[in-house]
Amino acid sequence: MTDRGGASHPLVELTLARFREFLREPEAVFWVFAFPVIMTCALGIAFRSRGAEPVIVGVVQRDGAAALTATLEAAGGFSVRPIAPAEIERALRDGRAPVVVVPGAPPVYRFDEARAESQVARLAVDRALQRAAGRQDAFVAEERPIDTIGSRYIDWLVPGLLGMNIMGTGLWGVGFSIVQARTKKLLKRLVATPMSRAAYLASHVLSRLLFLAMETVVIVGFAWAVFGVGVRGGVAALAVLALAGALTFGGLGLLVASRARTIEAVSGLMNLVMMPMWVLSGVFFASSNFPDVMQPFIQALPLTALNDALRGVMNEGLSLAALRGELAILLAWGLGTFALALRLFRWQ
Amino acid sequence: MNHVPTDSPALACRGLVKRYPDVVAVAGLDLEVRRGECFGLLGPNGAGKTTTIEILEGLLDQDEGDVEVLGRRWRTDRDELRRRLGVQLQETQLADKLTVEETLRLFRSFFTDGPTVTELLDLVELGAKRASWVGKLSGGQKQRLAVACALAGRPELLFLDEPTTGLDPQSRRQLWDVLGRFRAAGGTILLTTHYMDEAHALCDRVGIMDGGTLIALGTPRELVASIGAAHVVEFAVEGAPPADEVLHSLPGVRDVRHRDGHVALATSELHATVPALLDRLRQDGAALSLLGTHSATLEDVFVSLTGRHLRDD
Repeated sequence: MTDRGGASHPLVELTLARFREFLREPEAVFWVFAFPVIMTCALGIAFRSRGAEPVIVGVVQRDGAAALTATLEAAGGFSVRPIAPAEIERALRDGRAPVVVVPGAPPVYRFDEARAESQVARLAVDRALQRAAGRQDAFVAEERPIDTIGSRYIDWLVPGLLGMNIMGTGLWGVGFSIVQARTKKLLKRLVATPMSRAAYLASHVLSRLLFLAMETVVIVGFAWAVFGVGVRGGVAALAVLALAGALTFGGLGLLVASRARTIEAVSGLMNLVMMPMWVLSGVFFASSNFPDVMQPFIQALPLTALNDALRGVMNEGLSLAALRGELAILLAWGLGTFALALRLFRWQ
Repeated sequence: MNHVPTDSPALACRGLVKRYPDVVAVAGLDLEVRRGECFGLLGPNGAGKTTTIEILEGLLDQDEGDVEVLGRRWRTDRDELRRRLGVQLQETQLADKLTVEETLRLFRSFFTDGPTVTELLDLVELGAKRASWVGKLSGGQKQRLAVACALAGRPELLFLDEPTTGLDPQSRRQLWDVLGRFRAAGGTILLTTHYMDEAHALCDRVGIMDGGTLIALGTPRELVASIGAAHVVEFAVEGAPPADEVLHSLPGVRDVRHRDGHVALATSELHATVPALLDRLRQDGAALSLLGTHSATLEDVFVSLTGRHLRDD
């Protein structure tokens, strides 16, 4: 038994020190725990499933407007908004109505071809008006709408928010505390002891793991309790992914903080690293929206790998074996950045 | 750890040079610190004290010169030296939101030999503050904690960079007591300071630094004796004081200095200088506005060597 005068192994003491410092910083605790819950809540409410919603139609106020309005209301499923003749363009632009109908024989449809919502509204209005004018459908298809858990937007969104949070807290948590220790000359003091430098860096990543368990439970637990978002692939697989994500972004945080001398410098670097991933890695909308030529780059980003893997486990019930590609990407990033950080690190 | 002959110096450096783009911080420094002694590097801000001590601590690389610490070299024996040295840096801020005890546990965990955390707390008299956050400590308590961290590995050699700067007299005395206990246990200390009374109170030998080199070296007593004047007479008059040649001709006077309208006479014969000075001023009809005497100090040594004061206040 090594004599440490009542203290534990340095890696344990360093990790505990990080853990305590974090818990004693109320702002940090808010950003890690409360912020993602508020975000999930707000987005969950904004994008909740509301069943079939009425299609909003603008009807220009001129001869025939009253008859047209009556026809649409009789068809059902429409919410009609009167639009002044001079206001057509503006109503389309500011989203008051996705489609505006100018009464006449035949009527005129004004809409935005580039917007899916606008297209859909045009089709619905056209079908209602054609039927009212006497058109007969060739057949009536059987319709089976879905609203099963696992396929709603909120189900898709929560793993993305979890991934984003793992990235954000990993980078901020590690990067900030390291740069702070550097500006306070604490790093310099520590390297004047026999402390292992690798142990110091590893303690930052390890302390992230402790928080990670809590963050994940809070976000997934909240989404489950309030929105019924499930974890189809099992909690164990989710835990492994969260762990891999924390290691990855902890390593990236170390790398970002390895040379920065001021909090401002490191903040800028963090945003530079995170911004592309917020946009490209499928947090709020699918990364498949980007052109094919960008896909190899997007798929190699750690947050894309993490989000895809989290969705695989939570929504599709995939096993870890099926996600080994994503796991490999995460581990490569984690180990690569850690090794690079250890080489580049500025201790004083 | 006793495979090094104990008669080798605790620390030796020869021809130490450190250049920065705009300044030569250390310009050819030779220094030797014996085992068991307390050695003080005394000098004004910018004299190169901190650069010197950081090179000796292995935190900076010198551009030229040779450093040997406890018979070892930084290049080849870094890990061993880190275990055998204690270091307190001038500007380190320990984590504010850890408690005193947590901080000491952290530092103690890096060493495989040394006092227990409780013994360290007692050593620096912070037992009552063990559960307080570091951020809530007074300046003196923080410095004692920094020294306790430096003592965590039971070092043979302790480096202290301006350990009492900014502390009130009582806090300084408390820290001196801690250092006294370390020395009583056989420890060696190298400290920097710009307080002459601190060097007087703590150090067996003092090296006076200015402009990156050592300009004087010896025990405090030897250094004071070296200016050939045991006392200093300070006076001021309304109007112009007598010319320097006149003052030099007074019995016992070895040196004449002016500062802020005061005149300081270094003298070897206080009992002869004072009456002669008063006679002279009476003949000139000059009205005394200030008269005082004190025993010569390291400050007077520095003034007589450089014509400047240690601290610009």
